[in-house]
Amino acid sequence: MLGLHKKDFNLLLIVVVLAMLAPFILNPFPENSGLAQFNAGYPDLMQKFVIFGIFAIGFNILFGLTGYLSFGHAAFLGIGSYSCVWMFKLLGYSVVPGILLSIVTSGIFAWLIGIISLRRSGIYFSILTLAFAQMSFALCYSVLSNPKFNLTNGETGLQVYNNDPQYFRGEGSPNVPHFFGMEMNATHKMELGGWLFQFNTGYYLCAVIMVLAFYLSIRIFRSPFGMMLRAIKSNNTRMNYTGLNARPYTLAAFVISGMYAGLAGGLLSAVDPLAGAERMQWTASGEVVLMTILGGAGTLIGPVLGSGLIKYFENIFSKINDNVLHSWFSFMPDGIEDLMVTLIHPFVGKGWHLTLGVLFMLIVIFLPGGLVEGGQRIKRLISGKKAADETEDEATQSTPAE
Amino acid sequence: MDAIILQILNGLDKGSAYALIALGLTLIFGTLGVVNFAHGALFMIGAFCAVTLSKIFSLSYEVIDESQTDFLGNPLKVQTPYVEAWFGPETGAALIDWSVPLAILFSIPIMITIGFIMERGLIKHFYKRPHADQILVTFGLAIVLQEIIKYYYGANPIPTPAPDVFRGSYDFSAMLGFEPNSVIYPVWRLIYFAFSALIIGAVFAFLQFTTFGMVVRAGMADRETVGLLGINIDKRFTIMFGIAAAVAGLAGVMYAPINAPNYHMGMDFLVLSFVVVVVGGMGSLPGAVAAGFLLGILESFASTTWATTTIPGINQIIIYLVAIIILLTRPRGLMGKKGVMEE
Amino acid sequence: MSKSNLTRRGLLKTSAIAGGGLMLPTYLRAAAHSGFTNAPTGDTVTLGFNVPQTGPYAEEGLDELRAQELAVEHLNGEGDGGMMSTFSSKALQGNGILGKKVTFVTGDTQTKSDAARASAKSMIEKDGAIMINGGSSSGVAIAVQGLCQEAGVIFMAGLTHSNDTTGKDKKANGFRHFFNGYMSGAALAPVLEKEYGKDRRAYHLTADYTWGWTQQESIAAATEAVGWQTVENVLTPLASTDFSSYIAPVLNSGADVLVLNHYGGNMVNSLSNAIEFDLLSKEVNGKNFEIVVPLYSELMAAGAGENVKGVIGSMNWNWQLTDEGSKAFTKSFGEKYGRPPSNSAHTCYVQTLLYADACERAGTFNPCGVAEALEGFEFDGLGNGPTLYRAEDHQCFKDVLVMKGKENPSNQYDTLEIVEVTPRAQVEYAPDHPMFAGGDLGECNPGA
Repeated sequence: MLGLHKKDFNLLLIVVVLAMLAPFILNPFPENSGLAQFNAGYPDLMQKFVIFGIFAIGFNILFGLTGYLSFGHAAFLGIGSYSCVWMFKLLGYSVVPGILLSIVTSGIFAWLIGIISLRRSGIYFSILTLAFAQMSFALCYSVLSNPKFNLTNGETGLQVYNNDPQYFRGEGSPNVPHFFGMEMNATHKMELGGWLFQFNTGYYLCAVIMVLAFYLSIRIFRSPFGMMLRAIKSNNTRMNYTGLNARPYTLAAFVISGMYAGLAGGLLSAVDPLAGAERMQWTASGEVVLMTILGGAGTLIGPVLGSGLIKYFENIFSKINDNVLHSWFSFMPDGIEDLMVTLIHPFVGKGWHLTLGVLFMLIVIFLPGGLVEGGQRIKRLISGKKAADETEDEATQSTPAE
Repeated sequence: MDAIILQILNGLDKGSAYALIALGLTLIFGTLGVVNFAHGALFMIGAFCAVTLSKIFSLSYEVIDESQTDFLGNPLKVQTPYVEAWFGPETGAALIDWSVPLAILFSIPIMITIGFIMERGLIKHFYKRPHADQILVTFGLAIVLQEIIKYYYGANPIPTPAPDVFRGSYDFSAMLGFEPNSVIYPVWRLIYFAFSALIIGAVFAFLQFTTFGMVVRAGMADRETVGLLGINIDKRFTIMFGIAAAVAGLAGVMYAPINAPNYHMGMDFLVLSFVVVVVGGMGSLPGAVAAGFLLGILESFASTTWATTTIPGINQIIIYLVAIIILLTRPRGLMGKKGVMEE
Repeated sequence: MSKSNLTRRGLLKTSAIAGGGLMLPTYLRAAAHSGFTNAPTGDTVTLGFNVPQTGPYAEEGLDELRAQELAVEHLNGEGDGGMMSTFSSKALQGNGILGKKVTFVTGDTQTKSDAARASAKSMIEKDGAIMINGGSSSGVAIAVQGLCQEAGVIFMAGLTHSNDTTGKDKKANGFRHFFNGYMSGAALAPVLEKEYGKDRRAYHLTADYTWGWTQQESIAAATEAVGWQTVENVLTPLASTDFSSYIAPVLNSGADVLVLNHYGGNMVNSLSNAIEFDLLSKEVNGKNFEIVVPLYSELMAAGAGENVKGVIGSMNWNWQLTDEGSKAFTKSFGEKYGRPPSNSAHTCYVQTLLYADACERAGTFNPCGVAEALEGFEFDGLGNGPTLYRAEDHQCFKDVLVMKGKENPSNQYDTLEIVEVTPRAQVEYAPDHPMFAGGDLGECNPGA
């Protein structure tokens, strides 16, 4: 269906269902239970899930298919964010022009950086992209925010002021980002028994776009173009000998994934109209690399899972403080309670980075294919050895293109 | 003129830290073929060796002094370091004062051990894995290491001063024939430069003039052939990893008095030192050292008022700009060899 | 090549799902109103403490968190009550706020605008926080303040010293107790004149971002007014860790005072580097070379170690103050945590009490009511003498401390000494002062 193989279509369907029902799925625990701490179904985090999902899907088109490891993809995310906020400032709060412009500008930047960086490969390519991204970051953080020529508003981040022109802002249109009048931050809260579910406009807009982006990425993976990209990854030299020039293909992949990143950046600004320079720092670029590899590079669903996992850790684990720990273990005798709290304390709250680091190491050591490989192994365990061989090539392997 | 000399001094000093870290990185990459993102963390651990030693020396017992009060109005608890009680106030104070130089001795065995454990316990399993996996696992390790340090030492920088005699600055003006005070430079930074020159020289001499070094160099060039000759190259490479860790650690120990160590100082250096390695050429030891000093000096000059008023922001992008230009004009960096990391 | 067919029914189904997804929120939106955001329904009220727990300002953030926890205890009537007994307003009963027990959630700003907004949002959206308090950087404070304005909750800023927080970027829902760059300049200039004379040449190193610029502007203006010259202002990248290349040219420039417009890790490093170059022992133009750090913090003084000796700077509050409020707070904090509270801990503690008190006096948690109760509020007994929360820009006006690094500290906390308490009148300015112009408070927003 939709020009997809059955397996791919099923995968798409799963993603659609997950995305649309996320407010329910992510809030499995009743509000007043101790486990409500682990609920992730609030608008901001759900938005982050899908937006960084888009970012990682795009990154995967470059890294997963061609093997070119860009260490500067966050620059495009940042450029997308800035473009979108500038549209808010100049035109008004409708998100459509902002998102479109963010795709266009990041595409242009990706093309420029791509032409130069793709002259080299391997780690040299990584360092070139890193250098470009760090330069953009440094410039946006300070130089481009000087009072005479304030393009980025520096450390504070670019935001919309009441005295900005907003030339096309209609009378009576909302004073927050909106999609044809639907306010992005509007949330409907539904109480159902002890549960509280939140449905947020911004989230659903992002989720629909994420599904579209995911669909597009399946099509790219299965197209002759995608085959060509894989050929570059598996043996670039041989490609050259057969008389094919690989660079236009890699450049196209680079620009496409840059546009994905720009789209993600634009959406970040659309749901929260402030663009900060830290989005472009190398740590942010590193984060998307981690998301992709953690989920499973070169697989379709992997990057989405990876980004979800990292964002979940960042937002949920970092909020577990000692009081919460004590309340969890309060049923135990005092001595054991304190012991448990002491044992867990270094890994949660301000120590969430530690958990993340340990998790990375474990996954890289034991599951080189990321979470997707983990899933496949579990599946194999359950269904026995034979079925395994069939599922093996579900996502990564070379299904013939149409 | 005096300003130029100052910036050259400063560049050499910045460059020595870059060069030492890049040297260690290249040793690991050249011998083991592993991209080690945890190298910055080793540098940081080195600095914390100095912190730890000075803390050990300052371990104190409390005596309650009724004549003084603390901030709450309770009797003040006076802290007396054990070393002062054991060795007498003077020797004790001298030990505390000299804790950074003493930490050099203290850190070498620690760093070599950490290097061995890292290589045998983790890196060994990643020789055959893609570079991306190596980067990820060592990056994870770097996060873990720095979080552990943060857990025990807190997030604030911990001042770790150099011995009294090395504090202050040296005035070169008279020597060079300028006005007094026109070319002054901190003594400890001069020592840092001399120290790193010494270490770099020692590493090169070791590789050049010992049999062990010769075998390692042969192994770097062609691992398989050396293996076929019946030489246990793996064991030697493990030792090289230990040495590389020690080089990074020593760079860190000596850096502690320059900037008070904190847990993320390794990450601050990591990206920069990778740029240095790539600019120098992957796998080339002289390249790494040369690029370290080159980028240090360029960075110093880009920070002058003259440069920043001519091109605003040049001080923040110079290193990356130079990296881009060098990589585009010299595809393998300054002294890189063909075929390294280009697959 | 197996491929499922694109059927009409299938397409209809898919688009119905997608369309439904789009329509859902608008259809449901009407039901979302309930007076104001996160109106407390049960017998508890949740405050959100958003402080840096990781990253370079983590120590500062943790100290803020300690103070906020202490404030919650005191509000709930536990502990010794701290400053509640010295506070001039007696609206607080020690039974929570408006009879509701106070609970709190914490977030990690990581000292990044993005992360800070994310953690504030999660506290508002997920945990139902009624207000956000804390923070340790102006960029973050401004970003979170904007968010709270949009979300319709009160923001009580923690440590933020940029003029912009209550100037160009002021917001109706945001309040700042901490002082700002202008006040530092106004307080420091007379002391500097007295200590170092009228004829001085200053060399500024300035962190290259909002706070750095406004602070540099303020200090330069204030010192030039007493006759100093500004030789040079060099902007340093915020990410710098080694300032030697910026400090090396200082002595050659003919300047005899170095002003370090740095904060946090920047300040620790630039000050240490300046000491390494032995600047303080030099003589230029026949005068002793001096260093000024306009914004001091005791945690940073601890980080810089011995290097702060003799260096002058300003602070919002210090635990060595001897008024009743400061003594009560220092005692209560010191007994609980075994260390004196920092400047930023104090401001966060006071902000929590002020918020609670405003709720009591307004009789509601509605942000607009609370804002009204805070605007123009005159109070005393919270450690800074008589203080005014000015209605025009939501800035507190109170005495400013000028501090000096102590020559002979008697213990590890005794790093700074108070040189002068600059009276409030001397640091006041008009709301439309050029350094604060261009902002617009806007309307208070109670949210959905």
